[in-house]
Amino acid sequence: MTAPNTLIELGVTELRDGFRAGDFTAREGAEAFNAAVAGGKALNAFIVETPEHALAAADAADAARAAGDVKPLAGVPLGIKDLFCTKGVQTTAASGILGGFVPPYESTVTAKLFAAGAGMLGKLNMDQFAMGSSNETSAFGNVISPWRRNDGGNAPLAPGGSSGGSSAAVAARIVPGATGTDTGGSIRQPAAFTGIAGIKPTYGRCSRWGIVAFASSLDQAGPMARTVKDCAALLEVMSGFDPKDATSLDLPVPNWERLLSSDLKGKRIGIPKEYRVDNMPEEIEALWQKGIAMVRDAGAEIVDVSLPHTRYALPTYYIIAPAEASSNLARYDGVRYGLRDLPDGANLQEMYAATRAEGFGAEVKRRILIGTYVLSAGFYDAYYTQAQKVRALIVRDFEQAFETCDLLLTPTAPSAAFGLGEKSDDPIAMYLNDVFTVPASLAGLPAMSVPAGLDSKGLPLGLQIIGKAFDEQGVLDAGLAIEERAGFTARPGKWW
Amino acid sequence: MSYRIQGATGEWEVVIGLEVHAQIATEAKLFSGAATAFGAEPNSQVSLVDAAMPGMLPVPNRECIRQAVRTGMAIEAPINAWSRFDRKNYFYADLPQGYQISQLYHPLVGEGSIHIEAGEGAEKRIGIERIHVEQDAGKLMHDQHPTRSYVDLNRSGVALMEIVSRPDMRSPAEAGAYLRKLRAILRYVGSCDGNMEEGSMRADVNVSVRKPGEGFGTRTETKNVNSVRFVMAAIEHEAQRQVDVIEGGGRIVQETRLFDPDSGSTRSMRSKEDAHDYRYFPDPDLPPLVLDDAFLAECRESLPELPDAKRERYISGLGVTAANADVLIAEVSNTRFFEPLVAELARRTGKAEADVARAASNWLASDLFGALNRLGKEIDASPVSPAQGAELLALVADGTLSGTLAKQVFEIMLESGEDPGAIVDARGLKQTSDTGAIEAEIAKVLAANADKVADYRGGKDKLFGFFVGQTMKAMAGKANPAVVNELLKKALDG
Repeated sequence: MTAPNTLIELGVTELRDGFRAGDFTAREGAEAFNAAVAGGKALNAFIVETPEHALAAADAADAARAAGDVKPLAGVPLGIKDLFCTKGVQTTAASGILGGFVPPYESTVTAKLFAAGAGMLGKLNMDQFAMGSSNETSAFGNVISPWRRNDGGNAPLAPGGSSGGSSAAVAARIVPGATGTDTGGSIRQPAAFTGIAGIKPTYGRCSRWGIVAFASSLDQAGPMARTVKDCAALLEVMSGFDPKDATSLDLPVPNWERLLSSDLKGKRIGIPKEYRVDNMPEEIEALWQKGIAMVRDAGAEIVDVSLPHTRYALPTYYIIAPAEASSNLARYDGVRYGLRDLPDGANLQEMYAATRAEGFGAEVKRRILIGTYVLSAGFYDAYYTQAQKVRALIVRDFEQAFETCDLLLTPTAPSAAFGLGEKSDDPIAMYLNDVFTVPASLAGLPAMSVPAGLDSKGLPLGLQIIGKAFDEQGVLDAGLAIEERAGFTARPGKWW
Repeated sequence: MSYRIQGATGEWEVVIGLEVHAQIATEAKLFSGAATAFGAEPNSQVSLVDAAMPGMLPVPNRECIRQAVRTGMAIEAPINAWSRFDRKNYFYADLPQGYQISQLYHPLVGEGSIHIEAGEGAEKRIGIERIHVEQDAGKLMHDQHPTRSYVDLNRSGVALMEIVSRPDMRSPAEAGAYLRKLRAILRYVGSCDGNMEEGSMRADVNVSVRKPGEGFGTRTETKNVNSVRFVMAAIEHEAQRQVDVIEGGGRIVQETRLFDPDSGSTRSMRSKEDAHDYRYFPDPDLPPLVLDDAFLAECRESLPELPDAKRERYISGLGVTAANADVLIAEVSNTRFFEPLVAELARRTGKAEADVARAASNWLASDLFGALNRLGKEIDASPVSPAQGAELLALVADGTLSGTLAKQVFEIMLESGEDPGAIVDARGLKQTSDTGAIEAEIAKVLAANADKVADYRGGKDKLFGFFVGQTMKAMAGKANPAVVNELLKKALDG
């Protein structure tokens, strides 16, 4: 028997291995995390808690083990971002417009996780429709980061976004791992803000089927966990070809976890000069240099590279993503499911207007308006077509850079976590948070954030590794090399 | 003769283009596995994708693409091996996604044409600008409740081909001929059942008028007209209306109109000013559609013989008259009856197909079609099969049945479904060439009508027919008329 408070110290692979070794039962693990979730309400990381789901999966895992059958994630309970449709469990994308929506189907990614023996602790809070970088756009209230500055103040901090419930819950150790989704940085930026690891795989690795769509050409699911190895283990299960998603990659899924190696000998790691942006804090630059030293120490050769169209990535992203979103979110019309606001005597158009005005938050409306505008007759070529051309140039930038290097190393975000409310009135300042993560999203490349140090206020900072398409292994290996050398052991003090 | 509208200011020419929506004949919808059968209970054929549930994704149905490609090949159009799907965005309760997946920028099929005959031997090629593939919408039902409307999503996501003609037609008759020919081609290819009354084929009718020789006038588009007759009526009415407006000092506005079958007229639905901005953009859920050579080769190899080629072969190869050939090729179901009929008749008579096809086509075009018309049946539901028809014609060819007897046997076949041979045997309807029996009857007829025999021999040749009739009657219609003629001549003149 292991005490419950010890079990929640374990990560994904530790839980899995401990369960396999018979150190504890899956039920003991699930109960420990259920209790941690119940005790973590002050973080507002969950929209729905599903302790019964975690217990049922644990009991099934215990029974199967007794019969000699151990599945890859047996004994591991997880948090699931509320963007994943979960059969019989409310799924809202943190939006009022999907209030009370209970899908009669299971997303491919969660179905794979559950089939591999994982349980679900609950549905994690997030920015509404994954639109945001601070978790402040959720209809269920913002998530509060478990981290606090060491300045003695108790200012609540943003956990990053949009996968802010995921990042906060993993950092607070109330879940060992979680699913996230990343459209322009929604896994990597929150991972960096909360001192955890997170990987967005190559576009198409994880099926999008059953994930509430934000921007279809960019959305990718990925894992968030405390270690690179945990991410590798989760990603292996989440990935794989899905005939129900026409953009799914029809490729075998490598054994990333087993093949993990922090030996970077023979690897060339590129340092893109354009990622040295104006007004970047000194501490970020210092962290980057530290990261360069770490991968060099692991045997990699450092090369300077150029990604000349980087400065256009953010404006390009903020045309393409809203354009796709404006169309993807048209289905929330009050006709078939979710919220319907039907004022007395209202006609169809009035029902649409009332429902969407009531159901969507301000940031979602802002992006629908932007997206509708850039697709409108007379503006389409100047915005959407132009953005697609620039996107092609950004893709080419990466292809050219990868002629001289294997991986890229950059900071994940231009700052540490900011305080809640600090940027919520300034959308442009908020959008700038994604400046380092958006280019890899536009190019569909695998990219991960690993914690690499603390700033002067004691807040975590992350480094980003970007790889060639399909080279998740290279990304994970470099992440592991940094993780081993950074020795990141800091954790938030428990105040919740 | 050109079709012209006589106006107060002179003659007007009508310019017509048709956008035909043809439902692709497949079991499953364009982007989901849901069924497509007509007439099912409302909302019984709706997948999660068709209902646009959160997180659902479209996956192209290969068979839909295949049928559209084969259709493109049938109109001799280039197939674009690289095409793409676009979203057409608008809100309506019958459109769950809030957008229709269609192909605006890169359609599957490029420019082609079809050949029509618009009456009195007038031949013409009508250009087809493109064929693209798109989703159908659902259906609103306003008659289920006093204050509410209901939505039936059975059609939501059903695959359509939009076949866009060039503005090449100049009369309602040409438009009718184009539609019938297009429908025939679709049915030959098997890509659409062409049933306009079930909504699996409908037309948007673009009409404008001009003085002969002038540039195009402003056009109106009359939406969703669902029969050939209505299309022709809509054109007639709309062209006349436009002439009246212009000659009355008015101006035609580009607008969408609706056809009212009860009054035979069109009325305005919405003008260009309040037209939607559809915000078309490439559907990011769907990678470009890339067709490989093997796929295209299979599509081409699986194409059947098409109407124009068939007509040529029937006339030149089989000796069928042009009039019969036109009737036969008009519907693929006719040819599916005719060809086995000819093959079986050739087999039974030991002759070449070319030697029996004309007789077969005559019987089919007059006797069988006449009977089916009388019975109100389609050829697919004919009570007489091609094999039975061939057997009947073979019995005529070998002299077993006279024309008159054959008609009697045919009537019994229609009613009973029995084989002609069995009918002949059971009812003794066999024609006789037994000269002894015929001569005996002739002797009786001549004895009973001695006065008329005298008149005939006195020069009243016309009485010959009387003796034939009497003899046939006495033989209960079963005597071989040629033998009767011969023997009578011998008896009277000899």
